[in-house]
Amino acid sequence: MSSATAATMDRPQAEGAKRPILELRNVSISYFVRAGELKVVPNISLTLYEGEALGLVGESGCGKSTVAFAIMKYLGGAGRVTGGEILFEGRDMTKMSEAELRGIRGGRMAMVYQDPMSSLNPVITIGKQLMEVPLIHSNVNEAESYKRAVQMLKEVNLPDPEHIMTRYPHQLSGGQQQRVVIAMALMAEPSLLVMDEPTTGLDVTVEAAVLDLVAQLRKRHNSAIVFISHNLGTVVRICDRIGVMYAGELVEEGPIGEVFRDPRHPYTRGLLNCIPTLNADKRTRPLSAIPGQVPPILDRPKGCIFAPRCPAAVPERCSVAPIPTETYGSSGQHRVKCVRMEELPKHERPGTSAAPANANAAQRHDAVLTLDGLKKTYHQAIGMFGGAGYDVHAVDGIDVAAERAETLAIVGESGCGKSTLAKVLTGIELASSGKVTLAGKDIGNTAVENRDGDTKRAIQMVFQNPESTLNPSHTIGYVMERAISKLKRIGGKAARAQVDDLLRTVNLPLEFANRKSRQLSGGQKQRVAIARALAGEPELILADEPVSALDVSVQAAIINLLVDIQKKRGSTLLFISHDLSVVRYLADHVAVMYLGKVMEYGSVADIFAPPYHPYTEALMSAVPIADPDVKQRRIILEGNVPSPQNRPKGCPFATRCPRKVGSICDDTQPPEQVSESGHRIACHIPMTELASVTQVVF
Amino acid sequence: MLAFLSKRMALLAFTMLVVSALVFAAFEFTPGQVARKVLGPFATQDQVDRLTEELGLNRPVVVRYGEWLGNTLTGDLGYSTLYKTDVNKIIGDRLQNTLLLAGIAFAIIVPLSIILGISAGMKEGSFLDRSISVASIVTTSVPEFASGVFLASIFVIWLGWLPGTSPLDTGTGWSIWQQLVLPVCVMVLYDLGYVVRMVRASMVEVMTRPYIRTAILKGLNFRAVILKHALRNAMIAPFTVILLQLNYLVTGVVVVEAVFAYPGFGRMLLEAALAQDVAVVEAGALFAVLISVFTQIAGDLGYMMLNPRIRFS
Amino acid sequence: MANDGIIALTWNRVRLLKESPIGMIGAFLVIFWIVVALFAPLLAPFNPNISNMDALIDPTPSAVNWLGTDNQGRDILSRIIWGSRTVLIVAPVAVFAAYVVGCLMGLIAGYYRGWVDQVVNRIADILLSFPAIVLYIIVIMKVGAKATNIILAVIFISSPQIIRIVRGMTLELREREYVAAAKMRGESALYIMLVEILPNARGPLIVDACLRMGYTTIAIGVLGFLGLGLPPPDPDWGGMVKDTYAMMSIYPHMSLFPAGAITSLVVGFSLLADGMREISIRD
Repeated sequence: MSSATAATMDRPQAEGAKRPILELRNVSISYFVRAGELKVVPNISLTLYEGEALGLVGESGCGKSTVAFAIMKYLGGAGRVTGGEILFEGRDMTKMSEAELRGIRGGRMAMVYQDPMSSLNPVITIGKQLMEVPLIHSNVNEAESYKRAVQMLKEVNLPDPEHIMTRYPHQLSGGQQQRVVIAMALMAEPSLLVMDEPTTGLDVTVEAAVLDLVAQLRKRHNSAIVFISHNLGTVVRICDRIGVMYAGELVEEGPIGEVFRDPRHPYTRGLLNCIPTLNADKRTRPLSAIPGQVPPILDRPKGCIFAPRCPAAVPERCSVAPIPTETYGSSGQHRVKCVRMEELPKHERPGTSAAPANANAAQRHDAVLTLDGLKKTYHQAIGMFGGAGYDVHAVDGIDVAAERAETLAIVGESGCGKSTLAKVLTGIELASSGKVTLAGKDIGNTAVENRDGDTKRAIQMVFQNPESTLNPSHTIGYVMERAISKLKRIGGKAARAQVDDLLRTVNLPLEFANRKSRQLSGGQKQRVAIARALAGEPELILADEPVSALDVSVQAAIINLLVDIQKKRGSTLLFISHDLSVVRYLADHVAVMYLGKVMEYGSVADIFAPPYHPYTEALMSAVPIADPDVKQRRIILEGNVPSPQNRPKGCPFATRCPRKVGSICDDTQPPEQVSESGHRIACHIPMTELASVTQVVF
Repeated sequence: MLAFLSKRMALLAFTMLVVSALVFAAFEFTPGQVARKVLGPFATQDQVDRLTEELGLNRPVVVRYGEWLGNTLTGDLGYSTLYKTDVNKIIGDRLQNTLLLAGIAFAIIVPLSIILGISAGMKEGSFLDRSISVASIVTTSVPEFASGVFLASIFVIWLGWLPGTSPLDTGTGWSIWQQLVLPVCVMVLYDLGYVVRMVRASMVEVMTRPYIRTAILKGLNFRAVILKHALRNAMIAPFTVILLQLNYLVTGVVVVEAVFAYPGFGRMLLEAALAQDVAVVEAGALFAVLISVFTQIAGDLGYMMLNPRIRFS
Repeated sequence: MANDGIIALTWNRVRLLKESPIGMIGAFLVIFWIVVALFAPLLAPFNPNISNMDALIDPTPSAVNWLGTDNQGRDILSRIIWGSRTVLIVAPVAVFAAYVVGCLMGLIAGYYRGWVDQVVNRIADILLSFPAIVLYIIVIMKVGAKATNIILAVIFISSPQIIRIVRGMTLELREREYVAAAKMRGESALYIMLVEILPNARGPLIVDACLRMGYTTIAIGVLGFLGLGLPPPDPDWGGMVKDTYAMMSIYPHMSLFPAGAITSLVVGFSLLADGMREISIRD
């Protein structure tokens, strides 16, 4: 059953019968820093009823996590609730003593955090950390709390709970750690669960399993949930209601279905328009980024806070007085903070198509980059101090080709070898065996220092982390000039003259040449990084997760820029990503990797329609989609990705495959089946049988 | 663990070999100088030459080093030209005295620095934190001979409570314990601040960790958060540093011993070096390296024990 | 010039210092002594090396000799003023020299890793396992007590520690994406080390350099106190304490003033370092 329909059915029918668990009444929250008071959240009101799940979404810096921690009445040294009431089960948290707060925290109200690894104490066993909760809140003895801890570990589907109790956090996988944190939160049967980005940083298949668990436990324990996320898709999976935050304000709030089907606030609309979904690509639907940036806290506009970026803003109405939050529509539950909410036309979600248009499947170009049986093996020493070791096959025999002016996407979860592949292509690591052919030259065994000038120019890279991609000591102008002068092999003066052109190419103001990276936003840094890669007009641009650290509105702009540049310059893009939605949007061809091997390769049309490789199928079913009307078949993957040193002899996916045939999968490497269109699947199940399943997303 | 230990032991042997060779080379003066030292300025050149011959000091340095190495390995550290006795004996006596001093100082420094460091680090920027931090910075910045002067003016000259020298000789009318007070104070003052700042820095770091937030939001009280969740994590990083202090306390106390005329290991090294008594300096340097490397190994082992992430890797 | 020099970057940091009261006190103390050292000939009332036999009768502070005279009848104030020159010339030069050696070796070890790193590390380990003071004594004994030799000794003691810091930071910074980008456009290893990596290690290094100035001041004082400092009669604070320490029970001022002088300078360096550290965290 689709989680979307589940969410629709779970929505509280009789509002009056339910009692509010949490009420925020005109709460304002400030941080007090050297520069003065930062009114992070000027005024927010919301109500959460018994057993209900509310998703708070927004981009980074919008104040959603601040609200989450304010609910726990925990804002650190600098933060303070400066006004309003936070009523939890009818009592005002802002007036409680520390002792009263301690009685509630971890008991009636509990929290699940982002980054479970760092949320668990590294030197205390899981068991002890869990047992603390009943020992504090339930007034029971050690034996009883041990029993409860084991019971709770069972409930979060952790295998062998007695064993887990004796483990330390670092001995568990990320997904297991998050299950432990969830178990810890539920130990005292809280009536309110605050979840702050609980699945951010987890792999998509692990995320899906954790979300399913949360949905299950929610029903069983009847806890109300405040679910904080930047990912609208995860909110759709879990929540009944959604609140959209922008620059510290709640701009729109209401039942999931109503808000998604008829968003009334232009910011909500903008957000929905810039999210790539699993069922649309660059040919069928353009992504529209939100122009501009979130205003700084000390310089917020008068009136509507979104007005400067709003396509529908009318200055004389929007930027005069504070905007009230009013109810929209007949349900009485949809509240919007926009003066024009009644008059805006109905929002049209951009066109989506189930079967992707396959514009250039027929026309084949010559290959710019070819990988033949590429392998990269690391020798891993055992323990801290050397001695014997074992080999890790990070990349284990890859054959793919990227054609001129197309985008080849390499997609996979962490540990699949996609980043190692990037290192080999850039020459920072050397291939162990196999060939990397770029424009007719084998470069797989030439370290970057030994590559000739033309090869260096021909392949350039855009990196993942905007914070580390630019040297903080250098100005943007210097970065560009140096890149032009080295890659085009021209003098500094001639290079300086071309800096402006390059800035224009990536739509950055020319005065940025004098700035340093810390004066730039994440998106701007990525633009500079793209410009730096373009300096020598390369044939191949390698982009390793270039948008994964960016907010969705910025992400859309960067993706559009990449599409644009490719169109204009005809360069080839090798796009490495974990995000199937982005890949679907951007790619022409896709290679799906798992544990160093390509499981499936084909045109984007082939990949996103049956036949699927079972792994691709599971990946697609796991991706959270920000549209309650899109349905997904649910396939749950058990277990973790095996560590590279003890992976199966046969198919690498055999340990987790829901469609495993039998021992042949464990023992024999699967054959690569090729269709007429060049669609390749490495699986023991015949292509025809793989083709007989229905679409995952429909 | 066994591999780790044997590797460290091999490294230790290597380091000691290099150090001894370096010291030997450093003291390679013109032949005859040693004999001249032994015989004094009034001996004739002929006598000096004869003794040089007798001691075998006119042979090539490599040969003498080899011979010295052989003797050392059999436990014979040679003869001290300065103290006119076996090196084994003088080192044993002096090391014992210094260990007494170092032991007392260490026993004060460890608990005090942990208490002060933890109290300062648990609320960064608080009045307590600022006070402890500034006090630590100031006390570590006072050179030992200067704090010796300051303390002596107060407790010896002004108040007359304590002796100004500590020859460990009860003939002066002061008990051994009274004689130990000032040297110990100077060492503690100089060293404590450094360790306090290490512990504080680690504690501050730990307090910003998300797992501390988890502990608070579990409903634990502040005391339990500090004692159960923060303390052990905060001790992991400074553990090695704390053990390394033993190193300073035993071999780095030359100044304190010189200030208070304390008959210890450091002053012996200084006097021997000034008198170019190679045998004593060689042996002293070897002991210093031995102590230094052993505290390092002990520090690493303790670090591994405290940190389950390494223990179970 | 599109690329700021290290000096400009350091100056930015100094300007920020006014936000740290502790750092300001430190800066005041250090600047005070720098001014004293610069204007020593103008400030010192007497020749520091001339004995006044009359003063030997009553060497205590007086209207003529503000801080009194020492065991040889020399004016203590003048000797302290001139002594500041010794410290403030030798210490910065020594620390700078140690930094040149330490940064280069640390960068090379951290950047190239492998056997180069092993060798550099071993050397650093061996030097570090000597007790610092014994190493000082051996170096000074071997080459004699001259300013250049004190500098040499400081290089031996300090550079292994600097190597450790720089190596650690290089190991971390070499994994940054901008370093990969520099490699991909064909920059030389020297360029990457000096232009891409070193400037970003400056924060901790400035703090360390400041602390190290303090340690070196202590070390110079200790050498003087142990009789291994600069040859007499030129004044040096450690030596001043040593010469008069035996007379402490009668004339404590002779030792107290130079001890106070060295203490105030070291405290100045340490507080300044703490202020710098506080700023670099906020940065």
